Order: sequence, then C-alpha cells, then structure tokens
Amino acid sequence: MIEFTTWDILRNLLLAARWTVLLSLVSFIGGGLLGLALLFGRISPRRWLSKATGSYIELFQGTPLLMQMFLAFFGLGLFGVDVPARLAAGLALILWSAAFLTEIWRGCVESIARGQWEASASLGMGRLQQMRYVILPQALKIAIPPTVGFSVQVIKGTALTSIIGFVELSKAGTVVTNATFQPFTVYGFVALIYFALCWPLSKSSQILERKLNVAHRNH
Amino acid sequence: MKYHLDFSWLPQYAPDILKGVMITLELIAVGGVLGILLGIFCAWARALGPRWLKAPVGLYVELIRNTPFLIQLFFIFFGLPSIGVQMNELTAANLAMVINLGAYGCEIIRAGIQATPKGQFEAGRSLAMSPLQTFRHVVLVPSLQRIWPALSSQVVIVMLGSSVVSQIAAQDLTFAANFIQSRTFRAFEAYIVSTIIYLVLAILVRQVMALIGRTLFPRRKAA
Repeated sequence: MIEFTTWDILRNLLLAARWTVLLSLVSFIGGGLLGLALLFGRISPRRWLSKATGSYIELFQGTPLLMQMFLAFFGLGLFGVDVPARLAAGLALILWSAAFLTEIWRGCVESIARGQWEASASLGMGRLQQMRYVILPQALKIAIPPTVGFSVQVIKGTALTSIIGFVELSKAGTVVTNATFQPFTVYGFVALIYFALCWPLSKSSQILERKLNVAHRNH
Repeated sequence: MKYHLDFSWLPQYAPDILKGVMITLELIAVGGVLGILLGIFCAWARALGPRWLKAPVGLYVELIRNTPFLIQLFFIFFGLPSIGVQMNELTAANLAMVINLGAYGCEIIRAGIQATPKGQFEAGRSLAMSPLQTFRHVVLVPSLQRIWPALSSQVVIVMLGSSVVSQIAAQDLTFAANFIQSRTFRAFEAYIVSTIIYLVLAILVRQVMALIGRTLFPRRKAA
C-alpha cells in the first residue's frame, strides 16, 4: 500500500483549489454582469419588467443552489448536447449569484435619496444618464461592502459543484479521502483552505463597511 | 428539441417524496430551534459575555461562516468517527445544521443586541437586576424583534442549504429526487418537482417564522 504524507495530501488539495478560485471568479464576474443588467430591470418604472425580474430573484433565492445545478446539468442535457460538469456548474452559479447581487444592489440604489433622481431629471437627463452620472457613483460606495461579503457566499457555493462531478477543492477532498482513509485530516485541510480563501474577504468587507460608513457620516 | 416531459411516475413515487419532505421539515424544525438558541447564547457571549468566552466563540463563528456547509457536514460525518465520535446520518445532518445556524444566528442576533440603547442596561441595573437578568428580561426580546426578519431569512437559507445532506445519505427531499431519477431516468422532471416543493417549503418556513414573530412580540407593532 502506498503511504501518503501530509504534504502529499495538502499539495493535491491546493492544486484542486485553483479550480475553486477560477470557478468563483467566473461566477462572480458573470453574475455581476448579469446582475447589473437585471438591476436595470428591477428598478425599471415599467411594472411588468420589475415584476418579472422580481420573480426571477424570488425563484433563485427560494430554491436550493444544488437543485439549480441539477436542473442546469440535466436541463442542458435535454437539448441533446453532452454537458460537461463545469458548464452546468458555471451556468447555475452565474444565474444564482446574479439573483443575489441584483437584490443587494437594488437596496443600495433605493437608499439614494429621491431628490437625486428628481434633481437629475430636472437637468433633462435620461434614465441611463441618471444612473450613470448620478445614482450609480453614489450607490457604488454603499454597495462595495455587501458585494465583497457576497463573494464569500460564491466561494462557498462552488463547493456544491462537487456533487455534479466538477473536480474542485471539495471533490478533491473526497477523492483524497478515498485514497488515504484519513477523512479527519483531509476535510480539516479542505476547511482550512476554504477559510484561507474566505476569511480575508469577510474581514475586508467588515473593514470597508466601517470605513465607508465613517465617510458617510461626515457628509 | 424532441423531448417530452413525462410526469407519469409521480403517483407511484409520491410516498417517497412525502417522506423526503417530512425529513427536510424535521431537519429544519430541530436545526432551527436549537440553532437559534445556540445563536442567542453565542451572541450573548460575544456581546456581553466574560472575556475568556469571547475568543473561542469568535473563532467558532468565523470558522463556520467562512467554510462551506458541505465540508462541515463531511467533517462531522466522515471526519469525527476517526477520533471516536460516531453518529448516524440524521444526527450528523441535524448537528451540522445547528452548528451552522448557530454561527450565522450569532452575528445577526449580536447586531440586535448592540443596537440596544445604553439606557436599557442602566435601567436594568438601577432596578438591581444582575447583568444576566437584564439581558434575559430587558434586552433579549426587543433585540430579537429587531432582527427577526434577518433571522427568518437565515433560517430559510439553512433550510435550502440542507439539500446537501443527501450526500451523507440522509433521506431528505433531495435524496428522494435522486432516488426517483435513478429509478425512472426522468432526472429533469424529478428535480423540477423537488425544486417546486423547495420553493413552497421556503414560503412555508417564512410564514411560520412570521407567525412565531407575531406570537413572541405581540404588543409591539413591527416597525
């Protein structure tokens, strides 16, 4: 029987962690872009549009991410194409993050005083101009801490992709456990690697919140 | 696309789905109640507790909030037996949910406690209440009321997160969906059905939390 050293275990987990990082980045950026588009729909004065985006958000926030992944995995398969796990995983995570980010950002946009909308409208700005030059720059400052905080949820969300067969940190943990029979050590390391990825983001979210809040109070 | 959705398996497997729903509900009932209690304790410890308790509770909260639920579950179910702590899959799932909700609940409830005006603590002291009595009779209920909506959302999130307990063979709703798709090869339909049920359960849990909120904080009007 082959003996595995602690370093062997850790090295393999770290190699797999690259996929966790990559998938998190893709999901977060993709989700952010889609979320921005949805945000315009969510705060649109057209009722049917804001209702439709609202339902989208309700749907993705009210169902388990795991189910969304299964549906993406098997749903795409219905079109008769061979679906690689990474495609289904990425798609589900992007749709899921977009729903949450839209809702976070809607709160930020709505916290901007009504008068700002009216003032910019009285300057003859169109809806897009208002957003671009008046509302978003102000909302951005409020949005940064919760957005950074949400990135932690995205990283933790990628762990579920192991269930539909994408080999990232969690899946590697299972594989390495099956080879070494040391679940305590392996899952301990897996947890620590996730912690090392997430904790700096959580902490900086907190610090940013404090900093930007102080700036806000001085106005 | 030549694919016809086929739900003809539904009547035959309805009992399996129902059983899964019951397990999911049981998990969130036990996990919710014990998790909130653990959260209250940890929030008290972090906000008002003795100094020696703050560091370990803080470590626990940060560790849980920055690792995926799935890994916590695997660690409890697969990892702990190698140091002699063994449990069945339902106990492990319940334990993981309590630990998870406890950590998130702690931070939410702590925010509520810290929003308590200083005068409330002083008023409690001037009535010769001990710090613990002040916390129990003066601070706790308004604090919980303040953050009840956020706590309700967290309970829903934990309920939805519980779908991964099927990975340690706890027979919840997702387990039932996996079982059905492996028997009928109707994967998409099986997961559509269970997704809709989860959506209904999420709405249900939200309503139950609102109901509990109304009974716990009766005289005050929700702000």
